[in-house]
Amino acid sequence: MFTKLFDKYNWEEVKQSIYSKTKTDVEHALNKTSKRDLEDFKALISPAGSNYIEQMAQLSHQLTQKRFGKTIQFYTPLYLSNECQNICTYCGFSFDNKIKRKTLTDSEILVEAEAIKTLGYDHILLVTGEAEKTVGVPYLKNAIRLLRNYFSHISMEVQPLDQNEYEELIAEGLNTVLVYQETYHKDDYKLHHPKGKKSNFNYRLETPDRLGNAEIYKIGLGTLIGLEDWRTDSFFTALHLNYLEKKHWKTKYSISFPRMRPAEGIIEPKVIMYDKEMVQLICAYRIFNEEVELSLSTRENEKFRDNVFKLGITSMSAGSKTNPGGYAVDPESLEQFEISDERSPQQIEQLIKKQGYEVIWKDWDKILTPSIYETAATKKM
Amino acid sequence: MDKLIIAGKEFNSRLFTGTGKFSSSQMMEDSLLASGSELVTVALKRVDMNNNDDDILKHLAHSQFNLLPNTSGVRNAKEAIFAAQLAREALETNWLKLEIHPDPKYLLPDPIETLKAAEELVKLGFIVLPYIHADPVLCKHLEEVGVAAVMPLGSPIGSNSGLQTKRFLEIIIDQSNVPVVIDAGIGAPSHAAEAMEMGADAILVNTAIAVSQNPVLMARAFKMATEAGRMAYEAKLAKVKKTAEASSPLTSFLQD
Repeated sequence: MFTKLFDKYNWEEVKQSIYSKTKTDVEHALNKTSKRDLEDFKALISPAGSNYIEQMAQLSHQLTQKRFGKTIQFYTPLYLSNECQNICTYCGFSFDNKIKRKTLTDSEILVEAEAIKTLGYDHILLVTGEAEKTVGVPYLKNAIRLLRNYFSHISMEVQPLDQNEYEELIAEGLNTVLVYQETYHKDDYKLHHPKGKKSNFNYRLETPDRLGNAEIYKIGLGTLIGLEDWRTDSFFTALHLNYLEKKHWKTKYSISFPRMRPAEGIIEPKVIMYDKEMVQLICAYRIFNEEVELSLSTRENEKFRDNVFKLGITSMSAGSKTNPGGYAVDPESLEQFEISDERSPQQIEQLIKKQGYEVIWKDWDKILTPSIYETAATKKM
Repeated sequence: MDKLIIAGKEFNSRLFTGTGKFSSSQMMEDSLLASGSELVTVALKRVDMNNNDDDILKHLAHSQFNLLPNTSGVRNAKEAIFAAQLAREALETNWLKLEIHPDPKYLLPDPIETLKAAEELVKLGFIVLPYIHADPVLCKHLEEVGVAAVMPLGSPIGSNSGLQTKRFLEIIIDQSNVPVVIDAGIGAPSHAAEAMEMGADAILVNTAIAVSQNPVLMARAFKMATEAGRMAYEAKLAKVKKTAEASSPLTSFLQD
């Protein structure tokens, strides 16, 4: 398990080491022709690295095109529920927030699915809070069964589960799980997650291992930027990625870098990450790992997204609604966070096309997952 | 130039192409037309087989393009066989590029699962072209189970690194009774020419065309290089002389 490796590292020492990287370290990392390692990554995200932003962007752009071509994948979230037993100081769905709670019924899920299909989507991300009684594994299983007839690729961002639960959902057609550690700073993690199952740091940290054991197709990693020093948190994300790629080699990985956004009843970010630093981080991830997918959400504003998608990004959400029922059932309900880019997917697609890129709406097919057909057949019997 | 024949089908072009990574479907179509390619591989995961208006398939609807569906994304023989059967029904072709790479990072083919799947798919009536390592023994095994051609890699897919496996490709070409198509890693027209001069029956190119600044022009360059390499092979290349010719032959006494 990753915890064994993680426990060998000390947050303050790592931070110190990143902040003491020099110009020479950055140049070494940039000019290297062999595979770049974690020390190179530290140099690329260091304050010294911020003076090399144009060079990093050029290299990142070129490496991304070589691997992923002139394409950007599109996906959109489908919020199934905002019920949650956790207290997270930064989240609009936090248990202690007095908002109207809503969990979509079967027919409401289908109404939302139809609305999302009309927007052109074929890859979907299911999101819930953590409320075992209402949105536990049976609810998720049912939702996947309903939605697999509409969408080619189903991702999920919900509470961490056990390996056997993941196996059950994968057999139904689940392709990808996003599980962000939020922060790798153990003490701060406790501070931001004082109540609920989510307060168990190690259980969350070992989630990608359980997913890898279940042979999930893809795992999404990341931290919530704003909680702690982003450089140190990103190092731990890279460390986690390195470990997982070697241990669970049949799984694909993606990284997201959500910056904290305003929402009902939440704290102010402790750390502000500026746009230039975000670009530095995106390019650093790409230069460090040429194959990892990098995902950009509608948390970022229009101008930033329009310019940054060519610098290393491989997938984007567009026209997202972060409230359950947001596409058709109940567009006025309360959001998890405010999105910054409210343009329609078609508007964004046009803009991407103009810059010489193609939007990929479909990059998976359920015929590649025979278990779906097998479980469907057994169910009929 | 000799015509290439695979599973009884004649091809005028020895340049096979891929359909990924282009900046638009129109650019893909224009480039593939410029390449003269007659066998075009398309990932099952990218096309919507239930949609008659699928953007990729629509742009490939030219009589000179024969579709070669590929199973990219599957991780084992079972998944490959399942996907192949549904694809055959939907796309109405029994040609298949068998790709099984359980490792999504380097996309390297699994020799064990590929051999298993190939054997089964041949029995099911498919024309199987397996993507494999440049492994001469594996090629012989695949030939024995009845594949229509073998597709060994020149270097890791998308790497543009050329024929890093050259020594093994030479053995494969020397030994093979089925056509040898060099797939993956061909990053420049010079690599294409090199492969054809060596005696490869065909090559498959995608990234180098799609990601270039001018894909149509690059497609033409690959077309010419492939043809030039093949012509040179058929014309028999002059031997490269590594040593000077001795001015006093050692065996002239035999003429006396």
